[in-house]
This record gives sequence, structure tokens and C-alpha cells, in this order.
Amino acid sequence: MRRKETLRALLHDLSGYLPLVLLSLGLAALSVASLLYLPILTGNAVDLIIGRDHVDFDELFAILRRMGVTIIAAALFQWLQNVCNNRITYGVVRSMRANVYRKLMSLPLSYADTHAHGDLVSRQISDIDQLADGLLMGFTQLFSGALTIAGTLFFMFREYAWIALVVVILTPLSMVTARFISRYSYRMFTLQSEARGAQTALIHEMITHQKVVQAFGQEEKVQARFDGMNEKVEQYSLKAVFASSLTNPTTRFVNYLVYAAVAVAGAILVIKNPTFTAGSLTAFLAYANQYTKPFNEISGVLTELQNAFACAARVYELLGEQNETENALSPSERTPFDGRVAFENVSFSYVPEQKLIEDLNLPVTPGQRVAIVGPTGSGKTTLINLLMRFYEVDHGDIKVSGRSIYVMPRKEVRSGFGMVLQETWLRHGTIRDNIAFGKPDATEEEIIHAAKEAHAHSFIRRLPQGYDTVIGEDGGTLSEGQKQLLCIARVMLILPPMLILDEATSSIDTRTELAVQDAFLKMMEGHTSFIVAHRLSTIRSADIILVMRDGHIVEQGSHAELLAKRGFYAALYESQFG
Amino acid sequence: MLEAVFELFVPLVVASIIDRGIADQDVSFILSRGGILFLLALAGMGWAITAQYFAAKAATGFASRLRQALFSHVQSLSFADLDRIGTSTLITRATSDILKTQNAVNLFLRLFLRSPFIVGGAVIMAFLVDPKTAVVFVVVIPLLFVVVFLFMRLTAPLYQKVQEKLDDLTLATKEALGGGRVIRAFRREETEEEAFAKKNEEHYRLQLLAGRISSLTNPVTLVIVNAGTMAILWIGGWQVNDGVMTQGQVVALVNYMAQILVELVKLANLIVTLAKGMASANRVADVLAIVPSQEKEGISDTGVAQETGDAKVAFSHVSFRYPDAAEDTLTDIDFCANAGETIGIIGGTGAGKSTVAQLIPRFYDATGGRILVDGKNALSFPLAALRRKVGVVPQHAVLFQGTIRENLLFGNEEATDEELWEALSIAQAAEFVRQKEGGLDFAVAEGGANLSGGQRQRLTIARALARKPEILILDDAMSALDFATEAALRKSLAALTPQPVTFLVSQRISSLTGADRILVLDDGALIAQGSHEALLASCSLYREICESQMEEPKGGDLP
Repeated sequence: MRRKETLRALLHDLSGYLPLVLLSLGLAALSVASLLYLPILTGNAVDLIIGRDHVDFDELFAILRRMGVTIIAAALFQWLQNVCNNRITYGVVRSMRANVYRKLMSLPLSYADTHAHGDLVSRQISDIDQLADGLLMGFTQLFSGALTIAGTLFFMFREYAWIALVVVILTPLSMVTARFISRYSYRMFTLQSEARGAQTALIHEMITHQKVVQAFGQEEKVQARFDGMNEKVEQYSLKAVFASSLTNPTTRFVNYLVYAAVAVAGAILVIKNPTFTAGSLTAFLAYANQYTKPFNEISGVLTELQNAFACAARVYELLGEQNETENALSPSERTPFDGRVAFENVSFSYVPEQKLIEDLNLPVTPGQRVAIVGPTGSGKTTLINLLMRFYEVDHGDIKVSGRSIYVMPRKEVRSGFGMVLQETWLRHGTIRDNIAFGKPDATEEEIIHAAKEAHAHSFIRRLPQGYDTVIGEDGGTLSEGQKQLLCIARVMLILPPMLILDEATSSIDTRTELAVQDAFLKMMEGHTSFIVAHRLSTIRSADIILVMRDGHIVEQGSHAELLAKRGFYAALYESQFG
Repeated sequence: MLEAVFELFVPLVVASIIDRGIADQDVSFILSRGGILFLLALAGMGWAITAQYFAAKAATGFASRLRQALFSHVQSLSFADLDRIGTSTLITRATSDILKTQNAVNLFLRLFLRSPFIVGGAVIMAFLVDPKTAVVFVVVIPLLFVVVFLFMRLTAPLYQKVQEKLDDLTLATKEALGGGRVIRAFRREETEEEAFAKKNEEHYRLQLLAGRISSLTNPVTLVIVNAGTMAILWIGGWQVNDGVMTQGQVVALVNYMAQILVELVKLANLIVTLAKGMASANRVADVLAIVPSQEKEGISDTGVAQETGDAKVAFSHVSFRYPDAAEDTLTDIDFCANAGETIGIIGGTGAGKSTVAQLIPRFYDATGGRILVDGKNALSFPLAALRRKVGVVPQHAVLFQGTIRENLLFGNEEATDEELWEALSIAQAAEFVRQKEGGLDFAVAEGGANLSGGQRQRLTIARALARKPEILILDDAMSALDFATEAALRKSLAALTPQPVTFLVSQRISSLTGADRILVLDDGALIAQGSHEALLASCSLYREICESQMEEPKGGDLP
């Protein structure tokens, strides 16, 4: 995404906060003005303290009182401005995160399937975090910095234009050095972040699979690789940090030059020009100090903003991805699902060059139990992806209850199916939450009943906190089979009109599998169901078995019919039981 | 630090410009003082750069040591520790938390190597100018430090909470990606969005709260310092009136106060970074404080009578309970495996099959009974030596980013290409590896994403074989292979010389029929062991398992 577009998108997001932004600007102006007024007062006060017995205490007290009021006002404005800035920044960040999350929910599944999850998560979390830091710093320091520069310039020119000119002439010096340094440090930072990226990848991989590392006793070798990278990161990072830290001393040096010039020029002026007092010199020196400081800050803020911009661009790029289009044409009739499903001339491929499913026809009558078998890559799971509208067909149509699924809202299609996949996804939460995922208002009895049906109840009961046991991120110490049982309980609870089991029992022992199948059979009595499996024992009792090969249905029929055919299915069967 | 000293001379010089230069109308004096100012600035810069260099070196060096310490600490954690902590939080801590700590340390060094000296120096100089007025500093400065410290104490825990809420958001986002299909299938998009919005809102509120408090720091220091300035002007006024001080000296004191303000404002601006850094440092320290729950060096064998004969691996009344679990996963397991034998392990879901396999290389330590390897207590081996004997193929086929060769060498660094090819051909993987572009040099993507499930499994088997293990453990490691490939693999495994003790965990009876002995587990107990035929005759559970996999319930008319 281009810089300009990023800026436009960011401004658009900020536009909702326009009143707050204006308020913050106003507050910044007020606090800067009062802060700039202080040196004048101090200068005046100094002028009252001339020498022995030459101090006007009444005047001094009056000035001090004015100072007190100004300070409190300045502090208050500053605080309010900060509160405003926090509100704007964190508000923008909050809605941005919500947008990203909604985006992830409405992007086609192919997006999540083809993009690295770690990268997407880091956009949502660290990139937005960096953006927040940048915005906050920008708001607080850029505004007041610019205002301070303008204000000090104004006061200085008002006081005495020649000295002000000296100051203005010297400033570019500070900016040029800052620029020079930042260019070098930017290069170092890039090198550093590359090295760090490589190291992060290693940490990610090795910690995730730490058990494998330990199983093969590779700790030392992995550590050596890590140390090598670590050293590189340290080198670059030293250079980068040092280079960036040079900005401060060097610009400070330039600032002192300005300060010295003002002191000398001012002092000479006091001698030559009686209207210019020591008090004005004090004020001038204070201004010179305040004038140069924001330059330091602004150069810092600009690098920070650059970084924030880069991060924002990554976020907006994600937000700009095309949503899944909803082309529901007919108003949702919400007719109950009667169990009919039909694939009509369906063609589909994930990548255009590689045809996967071609011209597939498959009528399913209500209540049929359809089993799909075939070698890996034959397109079994793809059929499920199409049926659930996770992916869309390239040609042809799929009809449920006689209506095309492409004229229904996706949700309506999906409400017709309960699904259990081979890949067990459980969320970080209690067992109860996980089973009730599809029906959050389920009662305790319903949950336990579903768990019993899925034959998960006995192992759940033995967990430390039973149904309240929290499952860790990757399912913790649950075995693959136990996770599958939980996924099955999850579906048992919602009693779907139609059922899809995609290798749903592959890690469950065959005895439990038979029992679970019985439960499914009872539950799905008269309902249509689809079963994908490579374990042939799993699908033997299906009404119709589809044998898939290279995207085509090569054989179909009941178990006995297919065996009698002595074709591909029979060969598969022999290899398993022969 | 020296830089600070130079900086502190500046107000003095300016004071002398005002007092002597202006009073005596001495232009050349003013110019010479200007020259001194310039030299002071130059020297200050020189010292500052040196100081920054050392600060940068210290901070990056510190972070680098810390990362190294954390990483090697993670490597020393046992499986039980890893289960308990969770890998994803370890990753966050090893990366972003250490980065935040590094930033904080760097800032801390930069500032604290400077600020206290500026502040302290300013006080000393003030006392040199006029002790009476300088009392103001003695009041103001401790007050400021108390304020800054208080804000740090107040906000650091808040930022830790903010960080924890951010962890929640991370997890929610991860789940939205990983659970995409399930969430959509159950039509939970909206409720998930609401749940996320709630967490997002909590994060927002905490951030606002923390922000509101930490942004008070700056205005409060501003008020205190300026109150100090006012006090200086007032007291200074009296002093000047009494002839103790000059006008220029008052200006100098005001300047010192201003310098203190500048330093403290910088500190206040960075307080957020420091507070965040402290929160992160705590999280890193938490991990480092974990004592690995497993002894890496072997303990001396207690010398129990060794009645195991020539058994390679023997379990003697072994029981095991996962940490925090309510019940034992394994109870009283007793068996032995002799050299060259193949032991099958079968049983229901959650019966403890994998757990038995994982106890042998001591991924977990048995909580009761003893495990003997080569007749010696497994606990008496150093972990590395014990695991060197064992080749494990886990249920989950994990490959690393890198070439196929690198992945295989993971099992045995010294293996030659020839040996690798041999391992591949035993694992029935040689053919597809040969077809891959580059053969052994084919680049495996992260998590093995560019290989099929069956290919991944065969490579993990080859990796274990490349070790030439004395004990080979296949934990349901052939589930993604079709039956013909599996049969060929089993045949070539049986032909291995020397024949390792092989443990085969499987659901499929057909995979186990060739085993010398099959262990039947039920609910953590070893209820029977023997050959396929013997078990068919004696063990009803085994028979049931068999029948559930046969075509006809009675095994009837199958050949």
C-alpha cells in the first residue's frame, strides 16, 4: 500500500475524533502559550531584583502570583491534552482491532488457508501497538513541539529581531546533522530487524517443537545456531542503537552553540543598547533553550511516525482485502431442510492450472448415509469445503432441499450441517465451553448427555476439574483421540439437520469408534449424512459409498455391490483386510 | 557523567557574563566567555558520545545475554514444564518481552547515567552560589523523586495488566484464524466478534486508566519545579536585597532549576516505556525462575537386584500421573522387552498407550515403580545418553524449516548421505524424495507445509532411523500411510540389522499382528500381554478390538 493511501485511510479513521483532535490542539496551544509566558514573567522578576536594597517586593509578589496561576493553568491544560490524546489514540486502535477481527471473520477461508497465521496475528497485535505508540507520541510531541517553535520564534522576534535571526540561521545545522544520523541509523535498524526476524523465526520453531528437539538430544546444536544469530543481532543492534543515540548529543551540541551565540550576542547587546536588560537576556536564553528542544523531539517523533506508518500500511493492506461476497438473491425462505443434496456439474480447483474436481454429479436422497473414500488428494475434503461454502465452485451448482446454496446466505447453508473435522480445533477454555460452542445456552444436562453420547464423559470425569478443566492452547495433555471425542460431543449437542464427518474418528480406537457411530446413527436417524474416511471399517455400513480418484467419482454403490464389482474399492479393501 | 559536569558549568559562565561582562561593559570578556561555552559544549558532546556508546553496548549486550539465558533455560525445561507453561507464551517472552526490556534498559542507562548527575550537580552548584537559596533545591528534588517513583509504582502493575489483556487479544486472533472453519460451521462469527469486542474494550479501558495516571507525571513535575523557581526568585530577592547575592546569581539558580525540569520531563515522558519494560522484565524473570523439574544428570543407581535378565527395556510396577491430574494415567505397568523384540501397544482412546511410549526416553518421569534400560535404572542415565539410544517417531509429524538433509541429520549429525538414503528407503521415502527437486536438498517449508501428511510421517520415521537407535518407538506414526505402504514399511523394519527393540503404538490390529508381543492397555492398566494368537484366545477386550475391525463380526468368511 502506498504512503498516500495509508495516510488517507488513517485520516479517515481519525475523522470521527475531529472534535477531540481540535480540542487537543486547542489545549496544546493554551499550554504552550502559558509555558512560553513563564520566561517573560521570570525575566520581569529578575529585572526587579537589581541589587542591594533595590528589590521591589510588592511587584515581585504580584509577578510570582501571576506565575503561580500560569503554571497551574499550563499543567492542567497539559494533562487534559494528554487525556484527549489517549482517548483518540486508544479509540482509533480499538476500532482498528475490531475491524481487523471482523475482517478475519468475513474474509474467504482461502485467505486464512494461504497466509501465515503468525504474520496476520502480528499485524493485529504488534503492528497496531506500534501504531498506537507512534500516534500518541505524534499527537503529544508534534503538536506542542511545532507550537513551541512557532511561539518562541514569535516572542524572540518581538523582543529583539537580530538575535532571533542568529538563532534561526543556526537551526538548519541541527536538522542537517540529525538527518544525516537518522539516515545511517535507519539502515542499521533495517539490518537489525532482518537479523531479528530470522532469530524470531528460529525461536518460534524451536520452542514450538521443543519436545522434538529434546527427544533427539539436539539442545546443544540448536543453542549453537541460536547463539550465532544472537551474536549477529547484538552487533547490528549495537550499531543501530548507538547510531540513533548519537542524535541527541550532537543536536544538543548544536543547541549549545545556539545558546552560547545568544548569550554572547545578547550580552553585547545589553551593553550597546540600554533598552535590552539582563532580564530580557534571561528570557531570551530560556527561549533559545525551549526553541531548540522541540527539534530534537520532532526528529525523534518523525522516525517513530515512519515506523508507525509502515505498521499502519500493513494493517490497512489486510483491511483492504476483498470480503467474501454474499450474493443471496432470493429472500431467505427458511424452509426446513428436507435432506436432499445435489451436486450438479460441479468443477473446482484451488489453483487454476491444476484441475481438481471436474464435472461432478451427485444426487443424495433424504436420509441417505453417504461415505466418500479414496486416496489422499482425490478431492474428498474438497467436496466438504464446497458443500459448506468454505470455497465456491468454479462451475456448476450445489442444491440443498432443491434450492441452490448460492442463492442462500452462507449462514443458512451452514445451519443445515453439523461438522466434525479430522483436524481438531478446540479453544482455550473449559471443557464445558468447548462442548457448548455451538449452543452457548445449553443446560448442564444437555452438555453431559452430549458428552456421554460421544463417549467423552468418562475421561472428562477423570480430569482434575471435570467439565471445568481448562484446556491449554494445543489441547494440553489431551490425546488426539480425546480431542476428537470432544469435537464430536460439540456436534452431538446441536443436533444438526445434516451431518458431515471428515475423518472425524481417525484417532479414536476402533471399539469406541463403533460405539460413537451407533450414537450418530441413532441421532441421525432419517437425516442425511456425509462421512469421509480412509479407514474402510468406518464406512462399511453406509447406504452409498463414493470412491473418488483424481477428482472424479470412479465407483459408487453399497459395500457389497462394490466388493462384487472387484474394482478399485475392492482392491483398497483387500489391502486393508486381506 | 562528565558531560553533566560540563553542562553544569554553563549557567555559571552565563552568570559571569551577566555579572562581569555586562556590569563592566567588557566585550572582549564576553567573547572569551563565549569561547569557553563553545569548548564546554564540544567537550560535553565528546563525553556524551562515549557514554552513549557504553550505554548502547551494555543494553544490547544485556539483552543478548538475557535472550541466550532464556533460550537455553527453555531447552532445559522438562516436557511437564512445557505442558504447564505453554509454548506460545514462552515465545512471546523470548521475543517481544525481551525487546521491551532491552528498550527500557537502554533508556534507563541513557537517562540515569545523566539525570542524577545533572540533578545532583545542579544542587551542588546551587549551594556554591548561595546556600540559603539552595535549600529550595533540597526540598524540591526529593519531592520530585518521590513523585516519579510513586507514578512508576502505580503504573507498572497497570501496564502489566495491559500486557496480559493484549495476550488475550493475541489468543483470540489466533483462534479466529485457526478455528476459521469451526467458527463458520457453527455460525458463531457474531458471538465471537462480541467476545472479542469485550476483550478489546477491557484492554482499551485499562490503557486509558494507565494513560491517565502516567500522563499526570509531567504536569505535576512542571508545577513542583516552577514552584521551586518562584521560591528561588522570592528568597533570592531577599538575598539580593540584603546584598548577599547578585542578580546574575539568581539567574544562574533559575537556570539550574530549569535544567532539572528538562531532565525530569524527559524522565516523565519515558516513564511509560520504563513501566512497560519493568512489566516485561518480570515476565522474563518468571520463566528464568522456573526450576527444571527433571534432573539432567543421572543419579547413582540404588543397586536394586537386577532380575531382568537380558531385557533391553523393562517396566517394573510403573505408575504415572500427569502433574495436576486427579488420577493416575498409568497404574502398575509391568513388562519387559528383550533385545530385538517388537512390542505392540494397543488400547482404547486415552488408555495410556502414548504415555507408556513417552516414559521410555524419560520425556516424563514415572511417578511410581522403576523403568530399567539395559538392566539399569533409567534414572541413572544422563538424559542425553539415554535419549541417544532411542529413536522416536511422535504422533504428530513435525519437520523443521530447512532441507530434507538437515531434517534427517537432526537425528544423527554424523550420518553420511549414503546412510540417509538407506534410512529413507527403509522408511519407504526414498522414491518420493528422489522425485523432489534437489532430492536431499529439497527445501521443507515451515511445519512441512509443502509435503503431504504421509510424506511427512515417512520423513520423521527416516529421521528416527538415521540415529541407528537401539530402541525405536513408533507412536501411531503410520496413521497417514496407506495400507500397502505401511505393510512394506513394516517388512523393511523387521529386516533391520541389528534389530532394535521396537515399540509400535497403533489402533490397527493389522499393524500389530507381526509383533512378538502385544500389550493391551485399558484405562491405564496393562490387562494382558502376549502374541496375537494367544491374545485372541485369552483376552476378551483384544478380541473385541479385533472384531470391531473385521468385516463380519465373527471374522467369518474372510480368508
